[in-house]
Amino acid sequence: MRHPAAQAALPGDTVVALPVSRNRGFRYLLRRYARNRLALVGLWVVLLIVGLAVFAPWVTQYSPIKPDFFNTLKPPDHAHVMGTDDLGRDVLSRVIFGTRTSLLAGVISVGIAVLIGLPVGLVSGFYRGRLDDVLMRVTDAMLSFPFLVLALAITAALGTGLGKAMIAIGIVFTPQFIRLARGQVLSEREQNYVEAARGLGAGDTRIIRRHILPNILSPVFVQASLATAAAITAEAALSFLGLGTQPPTPSWGSMLNIAQAYLGSAPWMALWPGLAIFITVLAINLTGDGLREALDPRLR
Amino acid sequence: MPRFLARRLLLTIPVLFFVSLIVFAIVALIPGDPARIMLGEEASREALEGLRKEMGLNRPLAVRYVIWIGHVLRGDLGRSVRDGRPVLETMAQKIPVTAELAITSIVVAWAIAIPMGVLAAWKRRTVVDYAATTVALTGISIPNFWLGIMLIYLLAVNHRLLPPSGYIEPWIDLSRNLRLMVMPSIVLGTALAALVMRLLRSSMIEVLSTDYIRTARAKGLADRGVLLRHAMKNAMIPVATIMGLQLGGLLGGAVITETIFSVPGIGRLAIEAILTRDYPMVQGVVLFAATAVVLVNVAVDLVYALLDPRIRLEEAA
Repeated sequence: MRHPAAQAALPGDTVVALPVSRNRGFRYLLRRYARNRLALVGLWVVLLIVGLAVFAPWVTQYSPIKPDFFNTLKPPDHAHVMGTDDLGRDVLSRVIFGTRTSLLAGVISVGIAVLIGLPVGLVSGFYRGRLDDVLMRVTDAMLSFPFLVLALAITAALGTGLGKAMIAIGIVFTPQFIRLARGQVLSEREQNYVEAARGLGAGDTRIIRRHILPNILSPVFVQASLATAAAITAEAALSFLGLGTQPPTPSWGSMLNIAQAYLGSAPWMALWPGLAIFITVLAINLTGDGLREALDPRLR
Repeated sequence: MPRFLARRLLLTIPVLFFVSLIVFAIVALIPGDPARIMLGEEASREALEGLRKEMGLNRPLAVRYVIWIGHVLRGDLGRSVRDGRPVLETMAQKIPVTAELAITSIVVAWAIAIPMGVLAAWKRRTVVDYAATTVALTGISIPNFWLGIMLIYLLAVNHRLLPPSGYIEPWIDLSRNLRLMVMPSIVLGTALAALVMRLLRSSMIEVLSTDYIRTARAKGLADRGVLLRHAMKNAMIPVATIMGLQLGGLLGGAVITETIFSVPGIGRLAIEAILTRDYPMVQGVVLFAATAVVLVNVAVDLVYALLDPRIRLEEAA
């Protein structure tokens, strides 16, 4: 998708009123997105989950952390719709508070990956040369590691905990953003509008920041949304293995880890957190796929 | 062909060099004293000094890397901090178990993905296609650790159809080995099946619109013949070329699957090594995983070039 600034940069062109054009572009995007029913459902579910995360203390009846030893392993009933766990805590409250951990992990890990990957990819693709060669071999090497194995290895070095898990996942996701940004820059830098900007006297930094960056943001945004789903699964996997979020903080992965021991007596402990991960990841994947379809000119 | 092979192998060297640097960095990244972290707070001064000396922790990082990579190139991955056994020896015992799991998972994945992918492409934009695509999206979104736990609950705890977990070598009791492998293979194969199905569907759609397929149909060949004998051969090429990616996914998934089902393979070894801070073992397993992916990618490229002369010509040009 060409940013309106790109057209405005051509010499001899009339100046385009950016806000109006942007607004129109956004409305057009929304219309295209809304045509995909599944993507729309996905977006609504994502918004609902975000709402639950924000308003968790107001929509839950019980503390997600405080044990209640008189009510351990209670099956679902009116008081506890999803039952209680081994320490008598309400599973529904823990699942709702778990949305905070999962969304935080997804957004921050992908944020780390984009913040490192995007500038590195931009510079690598714009300047090419030896730096680009070395960076590409490093990303090749990083992409050779099975993603969970590398995340585990980094967690092994950094130590356990949600923060460290987010850093590990962020590092593992970085090469895909370097690759994506570099690939986009390689095709954009040959475009006429870049040449025009250079002809008007713009320096490298200005060309990268003001002209190329806005034009490569769409695919980065799509990739980031899909990576968020993968990051949420990765955080849950690390917590499930005992290396991510530590108890008593509610996290879907660590809830499943504990639930394994009570599979025969309290299967609800395993059912709900797993279902929560599945629905969240599916909804984000649907949203990401919808965004890709709406933004990708080839799919139009 | 020799030129292509040489070029491809040469390109692998810098990648493997950076792979080794990253694996080495795992220990270099550890904040504080790695020897104390590995041996614990109660370790004696002699034991700590011994480990520091063995790992060369008193020397500069660059020197440590050169010594470490020298040992690795000679097949010496060090000794486990836990049981003192050579890392390579322990890994050699575990690799066949993971290999068996990987093969059975690929069988499960392809058995689901190939008919579904072909059908979805053949019946494009029909209920069949939408159903197959939805199943694939579900397969990608479902967390494998949850799928594993739910399968144990349904098939082992509730209905007692299969043993819940464990492993026995196939040459000791093949039937029990296969029964134990059913659930781990389904869990590990599901995500792979989704990936293969999506790829096969799109490559099949592309192949079905080519001229030679139209010719085959015009000659009056039956749908089945066109699909299986003409279209499948070419549509499978992209699926085969992502073997490296598939192997990476399998090795990553094996960590989870082997932990849930108590399968003593390389994935469970990785988790045990991480939880007990056995860094030489962690390095060994991680190095093995990445090297395996790099080498499989080289092998796939070579087979691809053998099958399709255009690749060699493009490279030579």
